[in-house]
Amino acid sequence: MGFMNLLKHLLSDDWGVHPDDHKRPAADAPVRVMPVPQRLYLPLQQHLGGPARPVVLVGQQVSKGELIAEAQGMVSAPIHAPTSGTIVAVSEITAPHPSGLTLPAIILEADGRDAWGELPACVDPFSLSPAEIGQRVAAAGVVGMGGAAFPSSVKLVGASRAKVTTLVINGGECEPYLSCDDRLMRDQAAAIIDGIRIMQHATGANVALVGIEDNKPEAIAAMQRAAGRGDVVIRPVPARYPMGSEKQLIQVLTGTEVPADGRPADIGVIVHNVGTALAVRAAVREGKPLISRLVTVNGQCAAYPGNIEVRIGTLAEEVIAFAGGLKGDGLGLARRIMGGPMMGMQIPHWRVPVVKGSSGILALDASEVAAQEPNPCIRCGRCVKACPMGLLPLEMSARIRNQAYDEAIDLGLKDCIACGCCAYVCPSTIPLVQYFVHAKGELAAQDRTKLRNDATKKLALQRQERLAREAREKAEAAARRKAEREAAAAAKVAAEAAAVNAQTQGESA
Amino acid sequence: MNSHVLTAQPVASPHAHGGNSVGRTMFRVQWALLPATLFGFWLYGWPSFFMWLLTVAACVGFEALALKLMGAPRIKASLLDGSALLTGWLLALTLPPWAPWWVPVLGGFIAIIIGKQVFGGVGQNVFNPAMVARVALLVSFPVPLTWWVHPLPGGGLPAPDVVEGLRIFLTSLPVPDAMTSASLLGHAKTEMARGIDLLHSLGGETSRLQSWFGVRAGSFGESATLLILAGGLYLIACRIISWHTPLAVLAGVALPAAIAHGIDPARFLAPETHLLSGALMLGAFFIATDYVTSPNTALGQLIFGLGVGFVTWVIRSFGAYPEGMAFAVLLMNALTPVIDRFIKPRILGRDRQGKPLDIPEGQGA
Repeated sequence: MGFMNLLKHLLSDDWGVHPDDHKRPAADAPVRVMPVPQRLYLPLQQHLGGPARPVVLVGQQVSKGELIAEAQGMVSAPIHAPTSGTIVAVSEITAPHPSGLTLPAIILEADGRDAWGELPACVDPFSLSPAEIGQRVAAAGVVGMGGAAFPSSVKLVGASRAKVTTLVINGGECEPYLSCDDRLMRDQAAAIIDGIRIMQHATGANVALVGIEDNKPEAIAAMQRAAGRGDVVIRPVPARYPMGSEKQLIQVLTGTEVPADGRPADIGVIVHNVGTALAVRAAVREGKPLISRLVTVNGQCAAYPGNIEVRIGTLAEEVIAFAGGLKGDGLGLARRIMGGPMMGMQIPHWRVPVVKGSSGILALDASEVAAQEPNPCIRCGRCVKACPMGLLPLEMSARIRNQAYDEAIDLGLKDCIACGCCAYVCPSTIPLVQYFVHAKGELAAQDRTKLRNDATKKLALQRQERLAREAREKAEAAARRKAEREAAAAAKVAAEAAAVNAQTQGESA
Repeated sequence: MNSHVLTAQPVASPHAHGGNSVGRTMFRVQWALLPATLFGFWLYGWPSFFMWLLTVAACVGFEALALKLMGAPRIKASLLDGSALLTGWLLALTLPPWAPWWVPVLGGFIAIIIGKQVFGGVGQNVFNPAMVARVALLVSFPVPLTWWVHPLPGGGLPAPDVVEGLRIFLTSLPVPDAMTSASLLGHAKTEMARGIDLLHSLGGETSRLQSWFGVRAGSFGESATLLILAGGLYLIACRIISWHTPLAVLAGVALPAAIAHGIDPARFLAPETHLLSGALMLGAFFIATDYVTSPNTALGQLIFGLGVGFVTWVIRSFGAYPEGMAFAVLLMNALTPVIDRFIKPRILGRDRQGKPLDIPEGQGA
């Protein structure tokens, strides 16, 4: 293995990084199911796209699985009550985001009965049309469970329209520390395979490739047993971050590249996460909406790392308390993370709810975060070697530091997937991802300003035109009136003259 | 509820780090240089040790002075990253082993102040600082810079003790002629100038074995070819450098040398003599691979290395100086921004020109 790595290194085919995965012992501990907490906090925006719109009133009784906020717009997802209880408020809650800003959320007080409401009838998914499956998935509020939380039905319906041939299932879980997908594949392989078959039916893909990193041998074995010799193929891939990134996984599994301005569907591929497959199955076969998920609690500070099944909306604080709390009551805690350490978000405190895309809650100590003052770039080029997209992070960050955003775009800023490989390997600990995220934000702000300016300009132009037109019309009207007056006067003069003429003629006659 | 208060500035992802640092990288390079340096001490005795020590100290000292004058924050941390120390070390390896005290001091000044800090400090310099100093010294003071002392072991003369070594180092008296000789490349060049061709001038004098072990006159560290090579391979193995630049430099010298030697062995040195002589190994593995002044992409490094090698061979074969490594490195350093501008990696999903790949027919929503 060492020799192969050396060979790969010599051939420069060595994108990405190989971080310590820290997955065990959390991955090997059995899943614990957390009881429903007293209160659930359900942000209206748990997915990419438009926020959901509440359809319940404060004080209303809801049953488990009942719709409490409906999807709004083309790309959006509804939200369902994770348990039965009373809506106590629609207010603000800290978002799972480093800013610590708040998001509107529905707050649900559990009644302890945890009673399901009426669910759609169970049917054989293979008798449904792709559009009907899409509707059921949309109605169940299923989003990508890998972290991006893109509404799954939008992808499924788009794929069936785009004549997708290959369904790629992402079981890579390349982020260190996380093992929720690993656990799902070990424990519920048959259900995942069923979900994959349903998605295959919905998209019309003739083959499904399941990419699983080779550091999860138990998951690979379980999935291979469940898949059998069908058209669902389990494909172990080398453990390397970011193997679970859409474009990289597609390239490794199918050998094709997604064009820079295109989507995977453009080359006949669609990617879904293993957790999503499970949620799709529950939605289609049992009519159950997405109300719970598996979350990895990990990090040096976590007393009992492991995977916990929690209801959406549970506070991270309560999840940690259930998991066994923090070592030494959190004395050594250096950073709180939601998601994985490479792309996850730092959160300001633990009173942040688990949302549909939360894959991990990490309590890291100082030795793990290795926070250091950045030093000057020594142009060692490690970031260039690590970048899975083939970018030049050092050049891009130098441009961004000088606010030369256009040059950064020319270097490929918009192709950056913010995976963090460059910052991970940087010997000068330069926060490269921060530069790129900042630049993208600046560019988006510039675009917005430009749009606004354009709109203002257009309105101003229109006003000018209107004023000019009005002035012109006024002038024309005045001119017309004047002409009329003059014509009338002339006519009058002429008439008088004619009359005089007639008179004189008459007199002369 | 104080744990709910925002205590630290939010940090962007990633929240993990590979643990690599500038200091560690520089330390590894110094570690790789150590065998050749110790071998040099054994070959050339105490004066060479003082020369090495003062060169390193001068570089670190001038770095500290420059940082202080610039009002840089965290001076100590900047010094501890080892970059100035490494510059001094590399410079020392290219100087004559018995160079008098003012050569290291002046060299350190040129390398750090003119070669590096004037450009803005670490990571900003266009030219390799050690090579800037080496070339400036060689051009300005050709005589003391070409006092190639005989290696002491086997030289017949008694090795100077500490006091004697210090006296040689500080008095800067010319080294007695009996103790010096020309380097191999210099010897070949002067003999050529006198009209004696290589077949005669080098007859019997060079044994290849001697070259490998460096037991012949030359600058302090560059002659210990085998140990330098071992250090370079160590750096490749622990991924401090990639193989592209060193291999390209060696090929850039060896290929034209092989062709020319094949055509006219009386006028052109054999490729193995080129490879084992002078600063080539040190240059290929330690100088041309300098991060700051060489290209960032694999292809760029190949071009850069071939250029360094070829220019070195041209200067050695046709130039006025017997050795051309330092000049070649500086020339190619100047070309590095150009190479970096035109040689870029292919972005995933785009072609080499940066245009997005075509979306295949019959697909797409």
